[in-house]
Amino acid sequence: MEDELVLEVAGLTKRFPGVVANEDVSLRVHKGEIVALLGENGAGKSTLVKMIYGLYRPDEGEIKIKGETVRLSGPREAIRRGVGMVHQHFQLVPVFTVAENVILGDEPRRLSFIEKRKAIKKVTALAEKHGMAVDPKALVRDLPVGAQQRVEILKALYRRADILIMDEPTAVLTPQETDELLNTMKGFAANGVAVIFITHKLREVLAIADKIEVLRSGKVVGTTTPAEADQAKLAQMMVGRSVLLSVEKSASSPKEIVLDVVGFSSDSDIGLPAIRNVDLTVRSGEIVGIAGVEGNGQRELVEALTGIRKSTATKFTINDENAIGAGPHEIHGMHVGHVPEDREKDGLVAQYSIANNMVLNRFDEPEFSRRGIRNMDAVNSQATKLVKDFDVRTPSIKTPANSLSGGNKQKVVIARELSANPSLLIASQPTRGVDVGSIEFIHSQIISARDKGAAVLLVSAELDEVLGLSDRILVMYDGQIVAELEGASADRAEIGRLMAGGHSEMAEESSHG
Amino acid sequence: MRARWAWTLTVIILVGILFSYTQDELRTTSVLSFSLRVAIPLIIAAMVGLVCERSGVINIGIEGQLLMSAFAGFFGAALTGSLILGTLFGIGTGLIMGAVFATGAVAWKMDQIISGTIINIIATGLTSFFYAQGKTLPASTPVVAIPYLKDLPLVGPVLFNNGLFTYAAIIIVIFLQIMLFLTIWGMRTRAVGENPSSADTSGINVQRTRFINVTLAGGLAGVAGAYLSIEAAGTFERGFTAGRGFTALAIMIFGAWNPVGAFAAALFFGLTQGVASQLQADEVIDIPPQFINMLPFVLTIVLLAVVAGRVRPPAAVGKPYEKD
Repeated sequence: MEDELVLEVAGLTKRFPGVVANEDVSLRVHKGEIVALLGENGAGKSTLVKMIYGLYRPDEGEIKIKGETVRLSGPREAIRRGVGMVHQHFQLVPVFTVAENVILGDEPRRLSFIEKRKAIKKVTALAEKHGMAVDPKALVRDLPVGAQQRVEILKALYRRADILIMDEPTAVLTPQETDELLNTMKGFAANGVAVIFITHKLREVLAIADKIEVLRSGKVVGTTTPAEADQAKLAQMMVGRSVLLSVEKSASSPKEIVLDVVGFSSDSDIGLPAIRNVDLTVRSGEIVGIAGVEGNGQRELVEALTGIRKSTATKFTINDENAIGAGPHEIHGMHVGHVPEDREKDGLVAQYSIANNMVLNRFDEPEFSRRGIRNMDAVNSQATKLVKDFDVRTPSIKTPANSLSGGNKQKVVIARELSANPSLLIASQPTRGVDVGSIEFIHSQIISARDKGAAVLLVSAELDEVLGLSDRILVMYDGQIVAELEGASADRAEIGRLMAGGHSEMAEESSHG
Repeated sequence: MRARWAWTLTVIILVGILFSYTQDELRTTSVLSFSLRVAIPLIIAAMVGLVCERSGVINIGIEGQLLMSAFAGFFGAALTGSLILGTLFGIGTGLIMGAVFATGAVAWKMDQIISGTIINIIATGLTSFFYAQGKTLPASTPVVAIPYLKDLPLVGPVLFNNGLFTYAAIIIVIFLQIMLFLTIWGMRTRAVGENPSSADTSGINVQRTRFINVTLAGGLAGVAGAYLSIEAAGTFERGFTAGRGFTALAIMIFGAWNPVGAFAAALFFGLTQGVASQLQADEVIDIPPQFINMLPFVLTIVLLAVVAGRVRPPAAVGKPYEKD
């Protein structure tokens, strides 16, 4: 279909101190078209759309919106020209209502007063028109992530956006929410909205994009369509070399029991039982994966096992050492590595340098300090070595962690936790928000830790990850382990059913084995 | 939960006042009038803090802004021979001090606490250096009794028989309460104070909003300063604001960053002092006056400890805004 060209970007270049974020990028978007910007973290996708949205000014090149060459002074002007953006990190005021968030900056007014009733009416109508369920009077902080995202989208539509930029919108969603969102996006396109969709998830791109632009190190390296491409080809374009999308690993040879837990229970943040009577063993040299829909006690299980959360148990040993009642520091002392699910909050100190983050839980070990004085030479050489070994892309080891991309941050966490040669590695969502190239790398590191004799407990909401890595799979539902399956023979549909609370004779037989 | 005990306290105090009024009308009204006079500068100064903090800027320089404008107000009035010109001098000085603070804390993105401290040091230095003895005001400020309302029992003599600044303070509180929660300015201000990057992406100029708010708040500090030297004391002495700027911040917190809440908190604050002074004067209690003078600061600490963790400041307060 040869529709009207609504956005034309030509020769756009943006430099930041030390890096060229975008170099000679060109892009054409038509009315009603879904254009996917595909690329690894740090490839320059966000920089590009931030220029289109007026948050950054390009150093070179031009942006044409609906045929008119523009020099955007800021988001306000972009909004006025019909560009809307749904940000990766939601730009909402948590203590405001849905309606207040939607109208902020473009309020229906009489004199200087906000017309609240009119605002609620408008937001309700808009939500209904696009089939998005939200309560305009609810406070945003009370809403689940998926609903908050709908508020973000409504915010853009309210401003009559006909060029809608969505920056990694599916990163925070459950699989069901993701499908719902993809459908909504198709609906926008059918209504004539041009959608620019940033992602690094290949499946989504192939499912809905009309056109795919692949970016690498700030440049457009290829333009294709779902009809011409497949996952392997896209991954190769993104990373610049062929990528193993499935994990290659040898058969496991489990040895002695490292983690042994019987009758393990713990409460949620609000004091309700979150995990109940869980029995679990992980042996040296095997990867045990926990599959389950998020919120079925996986987070609490990991926190309890690492000593962050209080727990009760009839037996809880690590290498035959009693760990009941042990705190995080003691558990760490039992040679346990922990990759937390929220690396920003629990895995790193954002303002600290990479070097300090690399020894965050080991800085007081004799290797890195003597009589209370830190040995910075040892810390720096350790950091230099780990940055090299784990391929952390950073200008320097002195760079603060928060200036790294998600994938590189995660590599810092993994590097730190594996550098102590843990006998037990507990990894929670190890590749969440991480680009394809890094995922491959992180997976291979986890497998090589196993092959060196570590016991690995893997918790992931990505079923593919659990299936690809695990030697044994446990399915968690409602705070309990409801089934145990062999990694090699596990069936996707079967696990899906168990994750949703369904029963199966096959699984039940082995669940007590 | 907080609201419930706040209401309980309010009711207990009101019942106490009514009871006291039935026992001794004259003493009760005089204690309440005294309390209100203590509360007025604190109320206005708390509004200064509130307008700044709601947009995300901690203004610890209120003390200095009060001092400078009290100084400018008094000497302006003394030199020009006009109370009105003096007041305008005070407000103008407040605006300038507000703009100076905004330049440091907002435009230059300096640490807000340090910017505020600088304001305080500048104010102490300048007012001490230029202080001159022996100046007097050309006249005392008029008391304006409001017809009919002034004849009401209890509230008449306390509320409706005051100087103009007192009425101004009450109007400012109500005005700000409406502005903050019902107008575009208020909603944008709160958005900037809660999540500036959200405001920014919604097309609101964060830096400009903060700069304007902080500068205008300085004008309010000018009103409070002029009140102190021109209406309340009728004179100016070195260091004469005596920590009111800081107390006002505590009152703002105790009032949960709400104008009306801060108003109530300031009245409560004034009342404790009024009652203590009266008990002292009646020789009911025999405490050295130094301890009575200490009362505001002790009470500040107690109040802050009581509300700690119960009220929530604007989420982005204290952080200069940087685009990511």
